[in-house]
Amino acid sequence: MREAFSSATVQAILDAHAAQEGPLLPILHDVQEAFGYVPPDAVPVIANALNLSRAEVHGVITFYHHFRTSAPPRHVVQICRAEACQSMGADALVAHAERVLGCAMHSHSGDVALEPVYCLGQCATSPAITIDDKLHARVTPEKFDRLIARAKDAA
Amino acid sequence: MSQSAHSTKTPAPAVTAQPSAAGKVRLYLPRDSAALALGADEVADAITAQAARRGIDIELVRNGTRGMLWLEPLLEVVTPAGRVAYGPVDVDDVPGLFDANVTAGGDHPLALGLTEEIPYFKKQERLTFARVGIIDPVSVDDYVAHDGYRGLRNALALDGAAIVAQVTESGLRGRGGAAFPTGIKWKTVLGTPAAQKYIVCNADEGDSGTFADRMLMEGDPLVLVEGMTIAGIAVGATRGYIYVRSEYPHSIDVLGQAIANATKAGYLGENILGSGHAFHLEVRKAAGAYVCGEETALLESLEGKRGVVRAKPPLPAIEGLFGQPTVINNVISLASVPIIMDRGADFYKHFGMGRSRGTLPIQLAGNIKYGGLIEKAFGVTLREILYDYGGGAMTGRALRAVQVGGPLGSYLPESQWDTPLDYEAFAAHWAVLGHGGIVAHDDTVDLAKLARYAMEFCTIESCGKCTPCRIGSTRGVEVMDRIIDGRDRPKQIKLLRDLCDTMLAGSLCAMGGMTPYPVLSALNHFPEDFGAAEPSTLPTQAA
Repeated sequence: MREAFSSATVQAILDAHAAQEGPLLPILHDVQEAFGYVPPDAVPVIANALNLSRAEVHGVITFYHHFRTSAPPRHVVQICRAEACQSMGADALVAHAERVLGCAMHSHSGDVALEPVYCLGQCATSPAITIDDKLHARVTPEKFDRLIARAKDAA
Repeated sequence: MSQSAHSTKTPAPAVTAQPSAAGKVRLYLPRDSAALALGADEVADAITAQAARRGIDIELVRNGTRGMLWLEPLLEVVTPAGRVAYGPVDVDDVPGLFDANVTAGGDHPLALGLTEEIPYFKKQERLTFARVGIIDPVSVDDYVAHDGYRGLRNALALDGAAIVAQVTESGLRGRGGAAFPTGIKWKTVLGTPAAQKYIVCNADEGDSGTFADRMLMEGDPLVLVEGMTIAGIAVGATRGYIYVRSEYPHSIDVLGQAIANATKAGYLGENILGSGHAFHLEVRKAAGAYVCGEETALLESLEGKRGVVRAKPPLPAIEGLFGQPTVINNVISLASVPIIMDRGADFYKHFGMGRSRGTLPIQLAGNIKYGGLIEKAFGVTLREILYDYGGGAMTGRALRAVQVGGPLGSYLPESQWDTPLDYEAFAAHWAVLGHGGIVAHDDTVDLAKLARYAMEFCTIESCGKCTPCRIGSTRGVEVMDRIIDGRDRPKQIKLLRDLCDTMLAGSLCAMGGMTPYPVLSALNHFPEDFGAAEPSTLPTQAA
C-alpha cells in the first residue's frame, strides 16, 4: 500500500538527491514511487529545495506522460497503441478491453484504469500490455480476460 | 530456410548427464523482458521446483535472449556437445521436460537441437550482440571470460586522439537513426577543452518496432558500460549518464546491477584498472516522452527540465549537458566500440557495404512469423529479412506494407523490398533505416489509418516548441479524417501534401520533420487506401 502524503517523506527524498546533478526527474520518480503520484502539496517543497518556481516544477510534471497528479485506481492497465501492436490486432484488443472493463481509454471504471502506452519494446511478440506494471505479450482477448481476473484476485 | 527456421534439429547430443565442475547441471533461461512477458519467471520457478523434487542439482542462469523471440521462453541446457535448446516453454511443459530427462539434453517435442545450429541464429553476424543470450548479463567474470574488457585494455594503452582515430577509421555511424559518423562527433568533443565533459547514452528507445537497445541492456549491459568508459577515456570525460525510458524497468534493473559489479571489480570509478583515468556512470530513468529520444530534448530532460528541443547550433559536442562538451550516442553505437577497439577498425569495416560499415542489429517485428533480432552486415535485403528469416506474415496472409525505421520511417511497398539495408540505398527511396526496426503489416492493413496515426502520434508527442510540428500535426489529423470520410478528397490530398511540405522544411527536429515520411510514403505507394488515383499517376514523393 502506498503511503499518504507527508512532507517528511518528500524531505527525505530531497536529501537523498542533494548531491545529484539535475535531480528533478529522479526526485519526481521517487515521490511518485512513494505516494503513487506526485501530490500537489509536494510541489512547493520540491520547488523550494531546488530553487525553482512552482510553475517550473509543475511544467516538468505535466510535460511527461509518466507522472501522475492524482492517485491512480488500484489497478492500471496499459495497452500499447504503436504500429507493431496495431499490426497484430491491438485496436481490437483495445475495443475488447473497453467493453470488458466498462471504460474508455484515458478513464477508469471502479478500481481499474485503462491507459494507452506507446511501445513496451515487445514488438516481435505483439500485442503487449501491462497490468499493474507487469508485462504481458501476445495478448489475445481471451488471455486479457484471464490476466485481468488474476490481477483482481491477487489484489 | 524459412519454414525450417525454428525447427531444424541437429543430431541429438549424447544423453549423458553433464555434471559441471560443481557437479551441477547448468541451465539457462532468459531474464530478458520479452521472455518475462511470456512467463519466464513462472517457468523458472517450476524448473527449480521440479529439480528439487527429483533431487537434481541444477544451476539456473538467467541470461539475455538469443533474439529468436517466437521461441521464448527458451530453455537451454549445457551438454558435452554444446547448449541444447527447448522452446517455447510453458509452465505446464516443465514436468514433461523433466520426464524426458531435459537436464541431460533428452529428446522432447520442444527440443530444438543445439542452439547455435538453429539457422536463424547461425546465419547471423553477431559482433555487437556477440555475448547477448550467452552470458550471465551482470557477471563481470562471465563478461571477461567471453572477451569482455579487451577493448578497454587496448584503449588504455592509447591516447585519446588514437582511440578517436580508430573509431573514425572503423566507419561506425550513429545507430540511433541519424547515421552521423561516431568518430567525428568524438573528435569535436576531444578538441573542445572544458573542466567537465560528459558521455551520454541515449537509451530512450521509443520507436515502435525497435528493441535492440533493450535486448542489449538486458543481455549484455557491460558491453555498453565498456563502450562508454572507452568514450570517456577518449575524449576526457569523467562522467556518464545512461538515459533509459521508464517503459524499460527491467533494463534499468540489469544496468544498475552491472554498474555496481563493474565498479566493485575496478572497471569504473576513480582509477580504472589503476590507469589513473576516472569514469563514473549513472542510470537515469526517463518519464515517457517520445521526443526525449531527440538528443537535445534528452539533454534538457537530464538537466531536470521539460523535454523541449534545443535549436542547433550549438552542437551538443560543444555545448551539451549543463553547457559542457558532450558525446551523446545511441546504445548500439557505444556498444559497438569495444569490439572495434578489441579487433581493430579494419576488422569492423570489413563488414557492410558502401558507406554503411559494420553490422546492423535488425529488429523484425509486427505481423511476422519469426520475429526477433537479426544482426547482419549492412547489405542484406529487406526481402531476405522478411521471408528467409521472418517466414512471412504471422497471420499466414500476404505481406503488404513494411515500415522501416520507427514511427517516423517510410512505408515500403513490395516493389522496394529488394532494397539492401544500407543508409544511402534507403535514402534513395525517400526512406530511412533509422534504428533498424522493421514492422510488417499483412494485406488487411489500412494505410490511410496508419497515416492518420502518424499525425496523431505527432500531436501526442510533439514538444510544442515549433509550430509546424505542434499545429501541423493537429491539422494533419483533421485533414486525414476528412480524407478517410471521403469529403472532398482531391482537395484534401493536395492540402495534406502542402502541410507535409511545411512540416518537412520548417520543423526544428525529426519529430515534425519526419512525420511526413510515413504519411507521404503511405499516400504515394498505397493511394487506393486514400481513395486516390493509382500510384503511377502520382508524383513519387513530396515536392
